Amino acid sequence: MRLMRLVRDDTHVGFMKLAKPAVLFSAALALLSVLSLAVIGLNYGIDFRGGAVVMAETPEPRPIAEWRAALGTLEAGDVAVTSISDPAAELTGAARNSVMVRIGADDPNAAASEARALLEDAFPDVTILQTDAVGAKVSGELLQAGALALLLAVLAVLVYIWLRFEWQFAVGAVIALAHDVLITVGVFSITATEFNLSIIAALLTIIGYSLNDTVVIFDRVRENLRKFKTRPLAEVLDLAINETLSRTFMTSGTTLIALIALYVLGGEVIRGFTFGMIFGIVIGTYSSVFVAAAVLLWLGVTREPLDADAAAGVKFSDGGA
Amino acid sequence: MLQYSALKKALVIALCLLGVALTAPNFFYETADEAARARAQVERLEERGAPVPPDLAAQAAAWPSWLPGSVLNLGLDLRGGAHLLVEVRVEDVYAERIASLWPEARSALREAREVVGPFREVDGDRQALEIRLLQPSAAGMDAAVGALEEIAQPVTSGILGGPAGRDIAVERLGDDRLRVTLTEAERAAALERTMAQSLEIVRRRVDEAGTREPTIQRQGERRILIQVPGVGSAEELLALLGETAKLSFHEVVSQTENAQASAAPGEMIVPDADQVGLSYVLQSAPTVAGENLVDASTGFDQDGRPAVNFRFDTAGARAFGDYTRANVGKVFAIVLDGQVISAPRIISAITGGSGQITGSFDVAEANRLAILLRAGALPAEIEVLEQRTVGPELGADSVAAGKIATVVALIAVMVFMGLSYGLFGLFANVALIVNIALIIGVLSALGATLTLPGIAGIVLTIGMAVDANVLVFERIREELKRSKGPARAIEAGYERALSAIVDANITTLIAAVILFAMGSGPVKGFAVTLSVGVVTSVFTAIMVTRLMVATWFEARRPKALAL
Repeated sequence: MRLMRLVRDDTHVGFMKLAKPAVLFSAALALLSVLSLAVIGLNYGIDFRGGAVVMAETPEPRPIAEWRAALGTLEAGDVAVTSISDPAAELTGAARNSVMVRIGADDPNAAASEARALLEDAFPDVTILQTDAVGAKVSGELLQAGALALLLAVLAVLVYIWLRFEWQFAVGAVIALAHDVLITVGVFSITATEFNLSIIAALLTIIGYSLNDTVVIFDRVRENLRKFKTRPLAEVLDLAINETLSRTFMTSGTTLIALIALYVLGGEVIRGFTFGMIFGIVIGTYSSVFVAAAVLLWLGVTREPLDADAAAGVKFSDGGA
Repeated sequence: MLQYSALKKALVIALCLLGVALTAPNFFYETADEAARARAQVERLEERGAPVPPDLAAQAAAWPSWLPGSVLNLGLDLRGGAHLLVEVRVEDVYAERIASLWPEARSALREAREVVGPFREVDGDRQALEIRLLQPSAAGMDAAVGALEEIAQPVTSGILGGPAGRDIAVERLGDDRLRVTLTEAERAAALERTMAQSLEIVRRRVDEAGTREPTIQRQGERRILIQVPGVGSAEELLALLGETAKLSFHEVVSQTENAQASAAPGEMIVPDADQVGLSYVLQSAPTVAGENLVDASTGFDQDGRPAVNFRFDTAGARAFGDYTRANVGKVFAIVLDGQVISAPRIISAITGGSGQITGSFDVAEANRLAILLRAGALPAEIEVLEQRTVGPELGADSVAAGKIATVVALIAVMVFMGLSYGLFGLFANVALIVNIALIIGVLSALGATLTLPGIAGIVLTIGMAVDANVLVFERIREELKRSKGPARAIEAGYERALSAIVDANITTLIAAVILFAMGSGPVKGFAVTLSVGVVTSVFTAIMVTRLMVATWFEARRPKALAL
């Protein structure tokens, strides 16, 4: 049986030659993210902003205007009504004629109760699918806890890699992580996708994944540094990346396949979450190759002194490659 | 190391089978779930020696007890239910403690009237009692401070049980004013008391409503998290808890028919719970507050009429004793939820700390009153911080969507692996299925809660679990190219890939653990599945797949590997 190969054997891509343009590209993306965060900001969900959300459906579809009219007398706060479309659910016939009512209010609990009552009065056949109300006190804390979790995760990773490798590797990995998180958050800002508690979970997963990828490459770099003590660092990095390229594509491939299935079929509730992860896996894979390795090239590494074995190692590589 | 000892082989296979066995009940979710519930109920009944109804016994027997019976515990977002986060207003309890100090302080100062002279309460903030001496003198101030310090009680700290200082502190403001505040120790003790009592009351109320498997937890210093699957909405849950006021005993000034009448300072008008139109004018500072009540039960008075017996704690007993001694023949009011539930006449001084409420009620009413007195009122008002309700329809949708997504992801990844690695891909696929069985089995056995993000965690694990296998297979390929024989290539592949596998997975585990520690609710569920997934995927890759590869290799001894 002929096996499928995503990456052919023995690639010799000069990744480190591309390091400079790649770093410039990354810096531009990061800058764009910062600008977008500063100018547009994030579309916080009620987890972080406080407020109420009511999700409701009726057996027959109703125009949004009717829903708005039903809630017109709501005193508690500003109301925004959007209909929920779920293409995948429409295919499987599980689609609902549901709407999402977002309410910004000082007292979200009262607002949610009032909205619920108004809808039940206006449409006797309405089903309330979900009600969430988060007070301002809690939402602030949730945002803080989320940010703290991200920071702690990055710090813990920094320490772990520093212990297992050398400090240059740790710095490279952490810069790559910061890059991934910043750009992913930037995408949420630019696309105005709702940013809620589950997105923090997605960001942490991205950290985990991107790291996974970076560590695999670093592990090979470390191995090759021991093997080829005289080769220039850029060559050693290129070799390590090329050697692990097939694995990089395989794992990104399987992970993306699984996530795309979840994105399409997993329902509306976790779509934002899955979107974040898909984007993060792509950017995480890119950053492992370009950002993390480029930082390592720039910082340099402490190399073991040449000894008698070094010559044997070089000879072996010539024979093997 | 392609050689596996028989013992090691048996151990790996046994672990896999255990995973599958633990997962099995989930395929018969309803039956296993209901049987487990019924069995727990039967156990409770048998413990009490009560008879077990036959239909319950049959339900419990529907799932054989020797099989593992735990199923995945579905979170609120998948099952539907209500989630409520409330904060207990402990400040109210402090304020009440301060308010109840005044009568005590007044009588203490009156006893030293000759030196202290006339005095008055100054309306200050609610967190302190301020007293002004109208004819201040140095000796008077000293005597007043001494008298007030006399009423201080030792505080027993909850942790060590020993005295942790006094409950109140007296300080001088200028030369004519005194300020009495609660000490830190007393505030801490009151906080613990209030929270313990609130938790107990919430638990009792939710349990009485017969809801199944509620989660009631203290969160942080003064918050309570309540999660109840199946309740229609968080509002219903709130109604169940009652936006309750507290229980207290008050001195009755007079009765009135006019509920709109304005009350004099220090007095309040409270309606009667049963008789419409009847109201009482009460002293607003309670004689004894509800939290001083330690027990209440139904009993009978001398004439055989239903009554409620109650008992106070030490402080309550003292206050109530002093008050009843001075007011025999007068009426006092028991106020619950802003209504007078009973206004009995004091027949004799009640000094022992226990007493009896008689009135015009029957046994059922007496019983209800006893329950209310025992557990009825929260010691402080609660403020709703967060409420979430998920309808059962949406939960069922999410479960269905999650199932489909998981199956599709699984099939797609398996096809991809098969195409890429051939026979080795098939080994990895078997390991992947074992891996999922292990995840679900471990989650079921742990009683962990599966949430929608948790399902996402499983799907993500499906994608990432093959990584360890991919690392090994790629490495074997490389070693083969270095013109090593198949046996040495496989061995070297496993050996050299190990450090990358370990480092890569430990870093993911670090992120997952932090997520678990910092996260709340659904996010926590995601962290749990991700952590379990990381551990099981490493196990299946370096033990299960390797076992299969080794067994196959020994049987076939191929000259070349198709990889």
